Amino acid sequence: MVEGIIIQGLIKGGTYALLAVGFSLIFGVARMINLSHTCFYMLAAYGIYAFAKMLGMPLIAAAVLSLLATTIIGILTYRLFIDRVREHHVTVMLITLALAMVFQEWMIISFTSEPLGAPSFISGYWEIIGVKVSYQHLLTFGVALAVLICVWALLSKTRLGVAIRATAQDSEIANLMGINVRRILLVTMGMAAVLAAVAGIVVAPTLTLEPRMWTSPLVMIMAIVVLGGLGSVKGSFIGAFIIGFVEVLVVFLMPGGAFLKGAFALLVMVIILLVRPEGLFGIAFEEERL
Amino acid sequence: MLRKVIPVLVVCSLLVLLIVPGCGGEEGNVIKIGVIGPMQYVQGEHHWYGATMAAEEINDAGGIDVDGEMYTIELIKADSNEMTSPTDAAAAMEKLITVDGAQFVVGGFRTESVFPMIEVAMDEETIFLGCGAATESLCQLAVDDYDRYKYWFRVTPFNSTKLVSNSLMTLGMAGAIMQQGLGLEGPMTVAILAEQAEWADGMVAAYQAYVPAMLGMEVVGTWRPSATATDLNAELTAIEDSGAHLILTILSGPVGIPYARQLGELEIPCASVGINVEAQKDGFWDATEGHGNYETTLNTYAEGVALTSKTVAFIEEFQDRYDQTPTYNAGTYDAIYLLKEVIESTGTMDTDTLITALEEIDYVGAGARIVFMGTDTTTPHDVTYGPGYSTGLATQWQDGEMKAVWPNLGVGEWEGVTYEGVVMWQIPDRVIAYYTQD
Repeated sequence: MVEGIIIQGLIKGGTYALLAVGFSLIFGVARMINLSHTCFYMLAAYGIYAFAKMLGMPLIAAAVLSLLATTIIGILTYRLFIDRVREHHVTVMLITLALAMVFQEWMIISFTSEPLGAPSFISGYWEIIGVKVSYQHLLTFGVALAVLICVWALLSKTRLGVAIRATAQDSEIANLMGINVRRILLVTMGMAAVLAAVAGIVVAPTLTLEPRMWTSPLVMIMAIVVLGGLGSVKGSFIGAFIIGFVEVLVVFLMPGGAFLKGAFALLVMVIILLVRPEGLFGIAFEEERL
Repeated sequence: MLRKVIPVLVVCSLLVLLIVPGCGGEEGNVIKIGVIGPMQYVQGEHHWYGATMAAEEINDAGGIDVDGEMYTIELIKADSNEMTSPTDAAAAMEKLITVDGAQFVVGGFRTESVFPMIEVAMDEETIFLGCGAATESLCQLAVDDYDRYKYWFRVTPFNSTKLVSNSLMTLGMAGAIMQQGLGLEGPMTVAILAEQAEWADGMVAAYQAYVPAMLGMEVVGTWRPSATATDLNAELTAIEDSGAHLILTILSGPVGIPYARQLGELEIPCASVGINVEAQKDGFWDATEGHGNYETTLNTYAEGVALTSKTVAFIEEFQDRYDQTPTYNAGTYDAIYLLKEVIESTGTMDTDTLITALEEIDYVGAGARIVFMGTDTTTPHDVTYGPGYSTGLATQWQDGEMKAVWPNLGVGEWEGVTYEGVVMWQIPDRVIAYYTQD
């Protein structure tokens, strides 16, 4: 049982981390709570279904197209709806919530509400210390780690990363130092959309596609981001694994209450916040951001 | 001058707008029947398809004869959005009856939403023929207050207690075939996997008591994922750890797809029987990428299997029209014909007279012979279950085809009930491989 908890917890945490880091990035840099973030995950998942299953394209090509399309939608969404009101945080929340509903209805009209299954990149499973893990889940975990390493490298080792971090610390000073803050925010939004899309593409074959699939992960990643400390990428990464492990523990230790796994994960978040209101890696000073 | 004319024109226009819809020309003799269900899902879609087929057949044949006068059926579609909101479901029912003028209503799917829908229909004293929700308590309402709840009848499926009976018989059959086929000794072990929903609660308790008592099998655990869970890896890993031979499912939500897909993909060495509504749909095979092979579920229709003299023709016509095999929600077809029968036999549309006629009806439909339980029973107006009445089927996915596997003669026999076209239940390859490996 312990092996099962460890393996399943890591897999679950990896998936959450992919989503949570993008959400956290947006908050860290732009101070925006983008409630349509998990819709990009949904759009990418439906995208791969549409390109691969409905249009019969090769899976890799479908994944690339889905990623591109979702990223473009993410960037357009930012430019058309969010950019002009980004200083008004509540307005951003309301607009992104409305956008999320629009995306949901768009999927209902296009694909109905029927649950659908996307094709796997690789079928079958691998037995790790007696626990069966599908190749697709392993791929998800591997991609999650690779993408997160890339994000870390980009933020810490590149000029773009320095600009993003500078904007995150103080956008006005960054602007005075010659950084095009507006462009940085657009790039960050694009990166967040890419992260969500990658999650959608690799996770889609392991779950059911349905037009409300964005809601449950949204609640969980908000919990993860708050737990890890708003705006802290490192905190989101660790928070994702904590929440993933809590969910798996509930399923293993309390099988009759498996449906409560989300509630327990949120309860853990509340307890941690009571002890540490700023979250595990909360920002005490602005320069700690990211 | 113009200043005086404009207000007069505006008022006249408003009056015309108000009056014209009321006139609507000569409507003729029309019976309005509301079809309510989750129209964005197969369940609601099949509510509509079944009702449409019946209405078109009846209208093409001249309509419904009400005391010598012919009436045509007009169907009104209402999306209940009941998968996500019981409040929406109640509002849709309210509109259907009070605004759209439905005289009768058929449909409904999720118990949590059918309860408020019933309340609205009862407030409006409108006959509501249920074609989706199985919870026994829906038909127990009339025990305490017959005058209020007498307008509610359940056409399909039979209630959850009877679903338990059928599930147990299917489980018994699968267990016996596995023991014989694989040479397993000792009691068979069962994991219960039930979605968190009201209709499943009573069934879980019944399984926990009756699986050991009636079948001599051991229950190794009960898992209750959400009806909308998208990943059951952890649950399946825990079930495999429990050493279960069989998984007894109670799943009506979309969770049925990731469950079956992951069960097959991870080659969990358990056979799966019970209720998985997603496995009743033609799209199941594609949605599970073929990993749903061997998934077994209670069902109502299977291609080529004649439950009554009308079943095969109904399924063929349904498939011709909609290119799908009907789910039990297409029982709206029988519900519309039931209304025709009672209206024609009584020659009236008086609600109380029709209720009495429905209480006395003995009608052979496409899904079953329909006789409603009496008012002296614990579930008045529920469809009667058992040999000679509504029995249902169990189907198993066998290499991309949905085959009826129960009721069958021999192992798991049920008072000699069987139907032509029923085939043997198959042990999943993954289970054979696991128990026959060196």
